[in-house]
Amino acid sequence: MNVVTPFEGIGASVRRKEDLRFLSGRGQYTDDLNRQGQTWAHILRSPHPHARIRGIDTRAASAMPGVLAVFTGKDMAEAGVGGLPCGWLIHNKDGSPMAEPPHPVLAVDKVRHVGDPVAVVVAETRAQARDAAEAIAVDYEVLPAAATMAQALAPGAPQLHEGAPGNLCYDWHIGDKAVVDAAFARAHKVATLELVNNRLVPNAMEPRAAIGEYDRGTGDYTLWTTSQNPHVIRLLMGANVLHIPESRLRVIAPDVGGGFGSKIYHYAEEAIVTWASGRVERPVKWTADRVESFMSDAHGRDHVTKAELALDQDGKILALRVSTLANMGAYLSTFAPCIPTYLYATLLAGVYTTPAIYCEVKAVFTNTVPVDAYRGAGRPEATYLLERLMDVAAAETGIDRIELRRRNFIRPDQFPYQTPVALQYDSGNYHATLDQALQAADWAGFEARRAEAKRRGRLRGIGVSTYIEACGIAPSAVVGSLGARAGLYEVGTIRVHPTGSVTVLTGAHSHGQGHETTFAQLVADKLGVPVAQVEVVHGDTGKVPFGMGTYGSRSLAVGGSAMMKAMDKIIAKGKRIAAHLMEASVEDIEFERGEFRVAGTDKKKTLTEISVAAYVPHNYPIEELEPGLEETAFYDPKNFTFPAGCHVAEVEIDPETGRTQVVNFTAVDDVGRVINPMIVEGQVQGGVAQGIGQALLERCVYDENGQLLSGSMMDYTMPRADDLPPVGVATHTTLCTHNPLGVKGCGEVGAIGSPPAVINAVVDALKEYGVRHVEMPATPERIWQIINANRPRMAAE
Amino acid sequence: MPQVTLTVNGKKHTVEVEPRTLLVELLREKLRLTGTHVGCDTSQCGACVVHINGDSVKSCTTLAVMCEGAEVTTIEGLASPDGTLHPMQEAFREYHALQCGFCTPGMVMSAIDLVRKNPQGLSEEEIRHGLEGNLCRCTGYHNIVKAIAAAQEVMHGRRKELARAAE
Repeated sequence: MNVVTPFEGIGASVRRKEDLRFLSGRGQYTDDLNRQGQTWAHILRSPHPHARIRGIDTRAASAMPGVLAVFTGKDMAEAGVGGLPCGWLIHNKDGSPMAEPPHPVLAVDKVRHVGDPVAVVVAETRAQARDAAEAIAVDYEVLPAAATMAQALAPGAPQLHEGAPGNLCYDWHIGDKAVVDAAFARAHKVATLELVNNRLVPNAMEPRAAIGEYDRGTGDYTLWTTSQNPHVIRLLMGANVLHIPESRLRVIAPDVGGGFGSKIYHYAEEAIVTWASGRVERPVKWTADRVESFMSDAHGRDHVTKAELALDQDGKILALRVSTLANMGAYLSTFAPCIPTYLYATLLAGVYTTPAIYCEVKAVFTNTVPVDAYRGAGRPEATYLLERLMDVAAAETGIDRIELRRRNFIRPDQFPYQTPVALQYDSGNYHATLDQALQAADWAGFEARRAEAKRRGRLRGIGVSTYIEACGIAPSAVVGSLGARAGLYEVGTIRVHPTGSVTVLTGAHSHGQGHETTFAQLVADKLGVPVAQVEVVHGDTGKVPFGMGTYGSRSLAVGGSAMMKAMDKIIAKGKRIAAHLMEASVEDIEFERGEFRVAGTDKKKTLTEISVAAYVPHNYPIEELEPGLEETAFYDPKNFTFPAGCHVAEVEIDPETGRTQVVNFTAVDDVGRVINPMIVEGQVQGGVAQGIGQALLERCVYDENGQLLSGSMMDYTMPRADDLPPVGVATHTTLCTHNPLGVKGCGEVGAIGSPPAVINAVVDALKEYGVRHVEMPATPERIWQIINANRPRMAAE
Repeated sequence: MPQVTLTVNGKKHTVEVEPRTLLVELLREKLRLTGTHVGCDTSQCGACVVHINGDSVKSCTTLAVMCEGAEVTTIEGLASPDGTLHPMQEAFREYHALQCGFCTPGMVMSAIDLVRKNPQGLSEEEIRHGLEGNLCRCTGYHNIVKAIAAAQEVMHGRRKELARAAE
């Protein structure tokens, strides 16, 4: 076998293995698959935000051409189908468990949001299923709706669930309130800000889809689904919903066209097609259209927050006090309860030495689509709050906003650093990422650019955010104590074949991240096998032993670590085989770049020679060693990882139209060790694009009755190429101290750091108008209103 | 049922379709050319872009029966028979202009039409404007713009080989 060139290993921008099939139209996304004898499902959804179902008449629909079956929630409940489970239990301030109302797969007695599934038609063709769904008559008694959290919490509000009085899911807190209140009492200055973190629709470009198939011979089920974590879907759906043992249920997530969190959760449609395939004894396929996605994919963000920062006379932060309302939507999506708690409030120390923090969070049910993790998940909300508040505090104390941040940074010599909100940061250098970003963005030269823009009639502003996030969520024992109902380890298998090629089986899932390349680079680096000879298999419970999937920037930090552990086992076994073949002692065998050598001699065996010996064990230590060369490792992380960095945005506003254009964007991120710089850069750029989308363009809007107004891509503003600037990306590395690769994660940093940088720049651009805060998204209308509301006053002055 | 005869990637097909059948449905369901994707229902996202008689068209808003006698090219028809990628495909790979790959076929088809119709060459700003009909949620467009800028040099014969991306 060839010894690998060093350029394929860790640190090389290897071009992606997966690109060829995507570029030539040979990807295999779920909707591209069709099964023999396949039927189509169409799901009838509620047009009402809140209504009682008095009856459903399916007779006409059942008689329509091509219809095989029509099922309602009652049919599924009578067949013993369970509700969709929630994966995280939060406890209230008083220690009682959160309200956890049932989440039926198809609505039974009530519908609770526009898009709530009510019935399913299974027919020969997609068009026939759709036509027949039109003929289902649902007798709705329309009820008043609680469209917003304010409406839901008002006295006398419509109640969504019997088991959730006042529409409250939980009332949770973290931190020592007495200590925080005392710090506020002695504060020199208090900066206060009320803000909204706008509700977003993730909008992965591939709409969700699912195919269920029942094998009449064996009684086994297979589900193909657009999922980020097929093993978790198998576990949740098998155990909680359909009561099918893992041994009879295979879940395959083939090529998946983007996720950003929205494809983590176990959705009703997965259970519907799987169950229905058993009823009609034919494969059943469902593919969402985009309008359906808007009303059935979990949404993101949607917080209303009041935050206060107490500072002493030197600008040192004394304490932070935060009160947040978090929208859960109509039901609890799989991980919804942990997002505004353990992925949000625990990040409120940010990169600062804030000694005391108190945060309380009320999670509220409303007549809207469920809300769950979306790229960043809780951490963008924490960062936006903190970094806006730092700018407000800077303005109110008169301390320069960069200087205020520097004064409060955790210093490089303070790691490991214990925050007052549970996390212990292992490494970082916030001064370095800040300095590097300011340099790259030419912060010092900004005033000249502002003056030049002013001569052109434009308002130019610059903004900074210094952020931290927590990735690779774990360890399992810790998250278990915080309410997680699953472990958060990852699984990796390394299979060295007889001829020396390698298959990697990983429980992580790639839906754009380039795992097939990055993971192959790990093998190239450690075992010396060329990237071209390493195949990465993921997304199939029938092939991969187990896995927790991909979210929270965990794939490399947790999944990559599992592979490293498995490769250590391969090398350890290989050394014993090599020692036997070369008649040396195991302690004398060294392994480097694909070769086992006897230390101090020129005797060596390649990995291929070892694998041949392992699979053809003619001359082999068979008494003490099993044949074969395949190892599996489960890796349970010791801590979260803590990527951090600095983003700088520069904007120009046209005061005539209110349009904001981001003209420069600089990101300097510490994501730990970088395996493939090209892929990391792409991940950051994509995250920044979604962050700029949140800051300037995107907002999911319900009217006061709970109707979804931004229900298609005609109404919801997705960032387009000419909405976005080139994004300059650089990295500054401090290594994670507790995983074998020193990696931290790069998938979410872009979406976390960028929104406050952009809004800080917008506020800076508008400072002559006396603006203190601008809500997201800073649309042209919003900016125009601000400018015009302040114009008369400015003219008078 | 109406019949439509059309040429797809150089091969002639006669297909029975319902009057309401869209071109994208004909391509995906009848001809099994699943490289052309559907990402929205409102003609916003451009994942379904193909070439009809040399022009980029959203196949999700084109009725199959409108394509009688048409020459259709899809993403599957771009590479040479020997597998050599079109310069635009090659540029997308070299510049990491795709992540999940779902928007990619439509993006590549739009980009090729954009470049062909602008032999004078396109600035970065013009490329961004020209991509208004195509959504990508993964890349932030940064690398797509770079890939198209590099590909146009090869497509217009100003360079023999694609410029390598900076490391």
